[in-house]
Amino acid sequence: MSKNIEERGYSNADVLVSTDWVEHHLKDPQVRIAESNEDPLLYSSSHIPGAVEIDWTRDLNDPVRRDYLGRTAFEKLMRRIGASPDTTIVLYGDKNNWWATYAYWILQLFGHTNAKIMDGGRLKWIKENRPVSRDLPHYQASSYHASERDDSRLRAFRDQTLQHLEQKRPMIDVRSPEEFRGERLHMPDYPNEGALRGGHIPGARNIPWGRAVNQEDGTFKDAAELRKIYTEENKLRPEDDVIAYCRIGERSSHTWFVLSYLLGFSKVRNYDGSWTEWGNLVNVPVENPSAEARDEAAA
Amino acid sequence: MKPLPEKLERLLATLEALERSDRIQLLIDLAGTFQPVPAFIAQRPFPPERRVPGCESEAYVWPVPSDGTLKFYFAVENPQGISAMSLAAILADTLSGVSLEAVAAVPADVIYRIFGRELSMGKSLGLMGMVNMVRAAAHHELKAAEKD
Repeated sequence: MSKNIEERGYSNADVLVSTDWVEHHLKDPQVRIAESNEDPLLYSSSHIPGAVEIDWTRDLNDPVRRDYLGRTAFEKLMRRIGASPDTTIVLYGDKNNWWATYAYWILQLFGHTNAKIMDGGRLKWIKENRPVSRDLPHYQASSYHASERDDSRLRAFRDQTLQHLEQKRPMIDVRSPEEFRGERLHMPDYPNEGALRGGHIPGARNIPWGRAVNQEDGTFKDAAELRKIYTEENKLRPEDDVIAYCRIGERSSHTWFVLSYLLGFSKVRNYDGSWTEWGNLVNVPVENPSAEARDEAAA
Repeated sequence: MKPLPEKLERLLATLEALERSDRIQLLIDLAGTFQPVPAFIAQRPFPPERRVPGCESEAYVWPVPSDGTLKFYFAVENPQGISAMSLAAILADTLSGVSLEAVAAVPADVIYRIFGRELSMGKSLGLMGMVNMVRAAAHHELKAAEKD
């Protein structure tokens, strides 16, 4: 059983809300609950009453370029869900809130700081038999005005990641150990994670995102447990300049959230190009322990 | 390219004619018709060789020979795995009892005609894994028949 959020010792406990809190704010006009999932059918099959859907592909990504939505599209999204800059956006979703933290991260690129994550995500809400609905809510459109997206503080690009590597600054690969080691997935005819090369960025520490989560209810571990993982075992310091990456930036947004808000790290960036970019780049350094082991065995 | 089995093609035509919200609704309704593998075919713990590689909804497939064709049964262990349940219901309904050649020729990327292009890579791999398991079972039966 997880402790109450305010008793877990987080640096910024107010970025998390409990399922109880959400149930008490279902009709709060200052709160907009938003579900963000990987499974495209889940929201329509049932959702928290009054929750809107923020779809990671249709709503948050540019439809043509590999990039996020721009200011105009962001304003359109926020107007559609009836949010103003003062509205508290509470995000939740499947996969232990991967896509919720991804949406949260994008909200921060536009400076919408008034946002929270529902601890435990969709699965906790469902397991607790809390109310769900299939009704699609309609909110009066707002007149949201957003700032231009600012990628400089929270997002790392390829060249910055390469520079980070050369400067031997801390980098976290939050994928599974199998992905990190460059072992193939079991899907025949598919390259590793959509990339031509397997492995990881040299020097990256492998700290799978799921270590930050209590397996029994999907809530975040308390600060002492998180510190044990990140600062004791992996020697990261809150003042470090850290880049996190995964495959496309969704799992690493989860770790970005943990480090930035729950542990109060001051400079964490998400490299959303992640392995689907790095593993396809020509002539960048790659470490692949499984290929090296195969070579040694063959020698 | 070989034509798809008739029943599958009809369903695809229906899905493709629908607006996104109606398509999603139909897929959710199909997930509601999903029948988990009956106990006379398999019981928990399910054998790992029947598990679909790459499917995070923990789907399993059992092909059962029936009059020179295969009948497909599925389990989806993640109760939130609604897309996997929907696809399992579709594959069981449209490919069971169909000629092995036709099942073996169903392309894995048929999932995009069912769910649309807006699938994450992880979700795509899992759903394609289900189709690939079904195709592989048909291939296996065809090879076995050649030997006989």
